[in-house]
Amino acid sequence: MLKKLLSFLTVLLGLASIPAQAALTIEIIGGAAQQIPIAIVPFAQTGNLPDDVASIIGSDLRRSGLFRVLETRGVASQPHTLEEVKYAEWAALQAQAMSIGKIEPQPGGRLKVSFRLLDVLKQNGLTGLEYDISPQQLRQTAHKIADVIYEKLTGEPGVSATRITYITKASKRFVLQVADADGANAQTVLSSAEPIISPTWSPDGTQLAYVSFEKKKPVIFIQSLVSGQRYILANFKGNNSAPAWSPDGKRLAIVLTHGANSQLYLINADGTGLSQLSHSSAIDTEPEWSPDGKWIYFTSDRGGSPQIYRMSTFGSDAQRVTFEGSYNVSPHFSPDGKLLTYVRRDEGKFRVAVQELATGQVQVLSDSAQDESPSFAPNGRLIIYATDVNGKGMLSVVSADGRVKQRLSEAGGDVREPAWGPLVN
Amino acid sequence: MMKTRLISSVVLAMFLAACSSKAVKEEPKAAVEDKSAATATAPKTSEAASTSAVTDQNTSVNPLKDPNNILSKRSVFFDFDKDEVKAEYRPLVEAHAKYLKEHADAKIALQGNADERGSREYNLALGQRRSVAVKKVLNVLGASDKQIETISYGEEKPRCTDKNEACWSQNRRADIVYDGE
Repeated sequence: MLKKLLSFLTVLLGLASIPAQAALTIEIIGGAAQQIPIAIVPFAQTGNLPDDVASIIGSDLRRSGLFRVLETRGVASQPHTLEEVKYAEWAALQAQAMSIGKIEPQPGGRLKVSFRLLDVLKQNGLTGLEYDISPQQLRQTAHKIADVIYEKLTGEPGVSATRITYITKASKRFVLQVADADGANAQTVLSSAEPIISPTWSPDGTQLAYVSFEKKKPVIFIQSLVSGQRYILANFKGNNSAPAWSPDGKRLAIVLTHGANSQLYLINADGTGLSQLSHSSAIDTEPEWSPDGKWIYFTSDRGGSPQIYRMSTFGSDAQRVTFEGSYNVSPHFSPDGKLLTYVRRDEGKFRVAVQELATGQVQVLSDSAQDESPSFAPNGRLIIYATDVNGKGMLSVVSADGRVKQRLSEAGGDVREPAWGPLVN
Repeated sequence: MMKTRLISSVVLAMFLAACSSKAVKEEPKAAVEDKSAATATAPKTSEAASTSAVTDQNTSVNPLKDPNNILSKRSVFFDFDKDEVKAEYRPLVEAHAKYLKEHADAKIALQGNADERGSREYNLALGQRRSVAVKKVLNVLGASDKQIETISYGEEKPRCTDKNEACWSQNRRADIVYDGE
């Protein structure tokens, strides 16, 4: 069975090996106060491989902000097996943890990647795994190893093997893309001469809902990332926009105008069962489900300026959620439902804020002037958002405590409208 | 056993990843080409309108395109985060209301726009409200609901792309576009 799957996989990968889009490049700023010092020893390998596994693991861990990845080149021994490890050398480097591993060629051009995570202080093994892969899967395997290390040492899931989606705009073309969380391996989902906005992941990560202007007005599409097929979710009179999946993936909250002001509606994921949720004479938009599926948080200017409100999914009276400032928009939940990130305008500058829902306490995380569309990584540790640097649209990632920032930029075009995909198993 | 299970789950994940990357490339591209072919001319409505105004200048048959006629003016501009139709645009909106009343078969699209600051979805809603605000004035002055469609481009189709107030003020507007233009 496994063998059959493997050969099928090889065929598929053969088909899929088309050159990727221009990659995003990353720049990291700052770091957490308490970082775990770790040494990632280069993997033993023979021949030329498409990716350097140890350096991908290292940069994944570094980008999380929770690790200090140590320089290993000066260390006398470069172990690849448990027997070769001289713990004293790594303790001298002040490593608390280290990883070793090797990549061995297998029959049929495949590779066996094995690694071990070791506790340098206790001098014992913490975990170890083996992967049987094709060379094209090296990069993804490195991300998975980084996530195993991250989870073992922090107790929380890592997000290196997850994916992000975003829109690029270059020479008047709008391109909806999906890439690895580090910006590599970008794939085009849709390329259009008309604007595309508001892409959002289905909870299982197999579909994107987005708004495309290709029919001369905003229309909501749902596209499968597995088959590439897409269908129109909503193309009613007026605007169709702001899709948000329910946590169970069965319904979406959307915004329709029917020739008047923007109002919230619920619709089944197959486009049936439309029902109106909000009935106001104001703007109601940007719906977002609470992770327990009970509430719809949304942006409304019913009080005179745009603020975030919530109502039950049965359409109860709206309650105001944000009170500070005159402009709070684009609410997105942390996966545990405890934090809300949104965009706040302070003194004419649009910045990413995080509000603790239990206490109402707000922290502003970004310091630029035109930040937009913040959303949490699926472990709740990081927030991705769009920013503007010298007139160019870029993506930025900030840790939820504001300590670590990184920027992802693409040569040539603007990048905007990011959304972080779910955890992959 | 454990190892096999791990490996097969890795393989499965890779398999899914492989499926998706393949899918991502083929289908949508077809969709895209269809679309761009079909829509290549459309987004330029306002530019098209002004160019024809110039060529029709001498004949001046069509009041909608006569640069000396207020009906050739098509844009209503707004303050930041506002949808109030300011007094200075009243004559323009009145003229179009009169024209629509006198030409029952004429139809217009009101295209609302917003400047780039703030959320794209909120700006889409704001552009919509601007087009609705102009429609309400037209309605009051006798234009029929059936003659008017309101849509919004939000901040997605800026007339001016510099990052300053002079430019942003040009993007906070609603455009009146007659059917067939």
